Amino acid sequence: MNDLVRINDLRVEFALLGGTVEAVKGVSMRIRPGSTVALVGESGSGKSVIAQSIMGILPKAGRITSGEILFADPVRDGGVVDIAALSPNSREMRDIRGGSISIVFQEPMTSLSQFHTIGNQIGEALHLHRNVGKAQGRDTVENMLKLVGFPDPAGAVDKYAFELSGGLRQRAMIAMALICRPALLIADEPTTALDVSIQAAILKLIKDLQAEFGMAVLMITHDLGVVANIAEEVVVLYHGRVMESGTITDIFRRPKHPYLRALMKAVPHFDMKPGERLTPLREITYETGPMIETRAPWPEGVNTDVNVLSVNGLTKSYTTRKQAWLGSREVTRTVAVDNVSFDIRRGECLGLVGESGCGKTSVSKIIMRAITPDAGTVTFNDRGEDIDLLAVPDDEMMPLRRKIQMVFQDPQSSLNPRMTVFDIIREPLIIHKTGSPSQQAEMVKELMRLVGLDPRFLNRYPHSFSGGQRQRIGLARALALKPDLLICDEPVSALDVSIQAQVLNLFKDLQKDLGLTYLFISHNLAVVDYVADRIAVMCRGRIVEIAPREVLFRNPVHHYTQRLIAAVPYPDLKRKLDFSKFGKPGGDDPEKWPMPFAMGPGHPSAMFDLGHEHYVLAAEGASRRELVQ
Amino acid sequence: MIGYVIRRILIMIPTLLAISMIVFIIIELPPGDYLESYVAELQAQGESVDPQEIQFLREQYGFDESPVQRYLRWVGGMLQGDFGYSFEYRLPVSDVVGDRLFLTIVVSMATIIFTWVIAFPIGIYSATHQYSWGDYGLTFIGLLGLATPNFLLALILLYFANVTFGTSIGGLMDPKYIDQPWSVDKALSVLEHLWIPVVVIGTAGTAGMIRRLRANLLDELQKQYVVTARAKGLPPGRALVKYPLRSALNFFVADIGTLLPSVISGAELVAVVLSLPTTGPILITALQSQDMYLAGSFLMFLATLTVVGVLISDLLLAWLDPRIRLAGGASR
Repeated sequence: MNDLVRINDLRVEFALLGGTVEAVKGVSMRIRPGSTVALVGESGSGKSVIAQSIMGILPKAGRITSGEILFADPVRDGGVVDIAALSPNSREMRDIRGGSISIVFQEPMTSLSQFHTIGNQIGEALHLHRNVGKAQGRDTVENMLKLVGFPDPAGAVDKYAFELSGGLRQRAMIAMALICRPALLIADEPTTALDVSIQAAILKLIKDLQAEFGMAVLMITHDLGVVANIAEEVVVLYHGRVMESGTITDIFRRPKHPYLRALMKAVPHFDMKPGERLTPLREITYETGPMIETRAPWPEGVNTDVNVLSVNGLTKSYTTRKQAWLGSREVTRTVAVDNVSFDIRRGECLGLVGESGCGKTSVSKIIMRAITPDAGTVTFNDRGEDIDLLAVPDDEMMPLRRKIQMVFQDPQSSLNPRMTVFDIIREPLIIHKTGSPSQQAEMVKELMRLVGLDPRFLNRYPHSFSGGQRQRIGLARALALKPDLLICDEPVSALDVSIQAQVLNLFKDLQKDLGLTYLFISHNLAVVDYVADRIAVMCRGRIVEIAPREVLFRNPVHHYTQRLIAAVPYPDLKRKLDFSKFGKPGGDDPEKWPMPFAMGPGHPSAMFDLGHEHYVLAAEGASRRELVQ
Repeated sequence: MIGYVIRRILIMIPTLLAISMIVFIIIELPPGDYLESYVAELQAQGESVDPQEIQFLREQYGFDESPVQRYLRWVGGMLQGDFGYSFEYRLPVSDVVGDRLFLTIVVSMATIIFTWVIAFPIGIYSATHQYSWGDYGLTFIGLLGLATPNFLLALILLYFANVTFGTSIGGLMDPKYIDQPWSVDKALSVLEHLWIPVVVIGTAGTAGMIRRLRANLLDELQKQYVVTARAKGLPPGRALVKYPLRSALNFFVADIGTLLPSVISGAELVAVVLSLPTTGPILITALQSQDMYLAGSFLMFLATLTVVGVLISDLLLAWLDPRIRLAGGASR
C-alpha cells in the first residue's frame, strides 16, 4: 500500500433515543505519507466523526457499521492494520493512538487538564509509547516545547494550562500530539477558536513541523481560507458523503460540485465589489410589516444627518486584587478601554474589529450602561436631542433603553430555553408596556416574518431551531422595540459559514429597510468588511485606526492593522499567507512595534488625521511622512 | 501558602466568637433557668426544697448576674480550659464529657471512612456504567438507604446482631467493660459493637454521596480533556483515575467541611435509640433540663468541629487544585 491511510466505504452510525442516525455514509478517501489533506464541511457533515473513527475514540453511542480504515504503521515497518476492525481499547489500538496517529482539538482550554502541569500531560504520551527515563523524558518535553515556540521551555514544563495564553495552550496541545513523532497528525479545527494572527502562527507551526518530521496532516476545517493555505489535497464532505475530492488546484480552480461552488460564494472576502452580495446556500425571504415600519418621525426642521452615537474619551480599567483581607494587598490595574472615541452617523454601520481581550465588548457594555466607565462621555442623539447617556439617572433610563438594543454572540445561551419563541420575542414589549396583548401578538408575528421565520413556529422552544435560526430570533427580539441603534456583538461568530452569509444579508437588508444604525463588533475582518461602512480597529483598549471600509483594507496605515490584514487567510491560491511574518510569540508585543506605532506606557500617542475620514494612532509629534511611507 | 494558612486560622477566631454568642443566646432564650426547672421537678415529685440551698446555688453560679457577665464568665472559662459545671451530673463538664467525646470521635471517624469506602467505588461504577442494570440496581439500593428512617434501621440491625452474633443490645461495648480502664478486650468489644451505629448513621450519607459523586463524575467524563487522554493512548482505567476522578475529587474534599457536623448531629437520635455512650444523648438531656454549661460546651464543640472541618477542606482544596493555589484571590 502506497498510502499511509486508506479509508474504504466507511459507515458510522449513532444510536440515539429515537433510533439510529448514520453520520458517515460510505466515505472513501486516502492520505499519502507526508501530505496534507483537508477535510472540509459544515458542522454535522461528519468530518469530526471520521477523525474519531481513525483515532478509535468514537463516543459510546457511535459504531462503525462497515468499511475499513487501513493504516500502514511505519512503527511496524508499514505492516497494514485495519483500524475499523480493532477494538478501541485493545493494546494494539492504544499503541497506534498517540504513538503513530495523534490529534489536536479545537478548544485548547478544555482539551487540557487543569490539574496537571503541561509538562506532565505532554510527557505522559511519551512515557506511554516510548521507553524513556524520567530525566530524559523531561529533556524531550523541553525540546518539544522549544520546537513549538515556547519562549521559556524549561519554565513552561511546570506551568498549568490556565497560566498560558490561548495561543500558547494550542502550542502545548500540538507539542503533546507530536511528542512521539507520529506518522499522521489529525488537526480538528485547530485554529477556529483563535484570533487571526495567532491562527496564522499556528498554521505556520504545523507546516514547519510537518516538514521537519515528515508526517502527514489531516486538517479538518470549515474555513476555505485555511484550506487554500495549507492543504495539498481536499475532500469536501456534505451530510456524511464525499461531494468532491482532488488536489487543491483542481478544487479551487475547477470546483465541479454545486455545493462547493456555493460554499465559495458564501464566504465574505476582501475582493468583493461595492454592493456585491453574498450568495447563501439557502436564501431566506423576509417581509416587513406595517407595525414595524411605522416609526416615530423626526421632528420638523431637525437636522437628520447627525451622529446617532458619539463616544468620547471612554476609559475603563479593572483592578485585580491578589489577596483577600488581612493580607498584603497587591492591586494590579488592567486598562480594558483606553481613551476610546468614535461617532456613528445615522443609518451607518460602524464596524469595531479587534482580537479577543482588546476591549471591544467592554465598549459595548459601557454604551448599554451595563458597566460604568472611569472617564468619558457617551452622547446619544434622540431625534435631534443630544442626551448624555452616562448622566441619565437610573430611573429615567427606561424610555432610552428601547432606543438601543443588542444582539449577542452565542445564540445558544442568549435565549431562555424554558421560554417559547413567542414569549422570548414578546418579553421586551411586556417590559416596556407596549400595546395591548393582541397588538403584541400581532407584532410578534410580524417580527417573525421580518427575520424570515414562519409565525407557526412561535410555540416552539429555542432548542428546536438551528444556530442561524436562533440568531434570527435574537435579532427579532432586539427589533421588537423598534430601536434606532443596534449593537451587534459578534453576531455571526458562532455560525457556520453557509449560515453566516444568510444572517449577514439579513442584517444588511434590515438596516436599509428600517433605517437602523449599527455598531457591529467582530474579530472577523472579512465579515466586518462586508457589513460596515466605516471600521475602527481596536488593540489593547485603544482605537488604533479608523477609516471608511474601502480605505482601511486597501490602504492600512497602522502597523497593527497591517499585521491583522496580512494574517487573514484568503480562499485563493494566488494569494497565500506570507508565513515568514508570523510565528514568533511576543512578536505581537505593542511596545516593540516600529515607531511611530509602538504602544505602551512609555509611548504617548495621539490620533492623526490623514484626510478622508482616515485617522490613525501614532506617537505624538510624528510627521505625516513617517505615517504614510 | 503559609500566609494563607495563618490568615485562615486567624479568621477562625472571630467566627468562633460569633458562634459562642449565638449559642449563648439560644441557651438563654427559653424562660427560666436550670434551678427553676430543678425546683419545679422536685416539687412535682413531692419533695421539699430548701430555699436556702437554692439561694446558695444561685449566688455560687452567678444566676443573678446579668447575661453579659455570665457570657463573659463562660467564654473566659472556656479559654482557660474550664468548661463549667454540670448541674445535672454535679460534676465538671469536662469529666462528664471526657470518655464520651472520645467515643463520639471514634464513631464519627468510622462512619466517615465507611461512607467513603462504600460510596467511592459505587459512585465510580455508576458513572462509568451509566444507565446499565448495575447503575439502576445500585441507585435503587442507595435510594432505599436514603429513604429508610435511621432509627428503624437501627432497631432491625440490633435485633439481627443479637440473634445472629449474640452481640449485647445497645451501647458501644459489652456492659462488663463500662467504667473499666481501657484494655485490648475492651477495644475489641467496642469494635464488635461499632459497626451497627456506623452502618446506621452512614447509610443516608453514603447514598447521598454516591449520587453526588456519580453526577460530578458524569459531568467530568463528558469533557474534552478526557478525550485528549484517550487520544494519547492511555488505558481507560488510568485515564479515568488521573483526569476526571481527580476533578471530581474537588467536591469530595469540599464535602469534608459539612460532613463532620452532619455526621455528629445526625447521630444524636440514633445514639438515643442505640443508647450509645456518645455525646448526642447528653446534649439532648442537657438542653431539656437547661443544664447551660454542659449544653453550651457541647454546642461549642460542634461548632469548632465544623470550623476546623471547613478549614481542613479548604487547605486540602488549595493543595489539590492548582487553580485555587495559583490564581486564588484574583477577581474582578
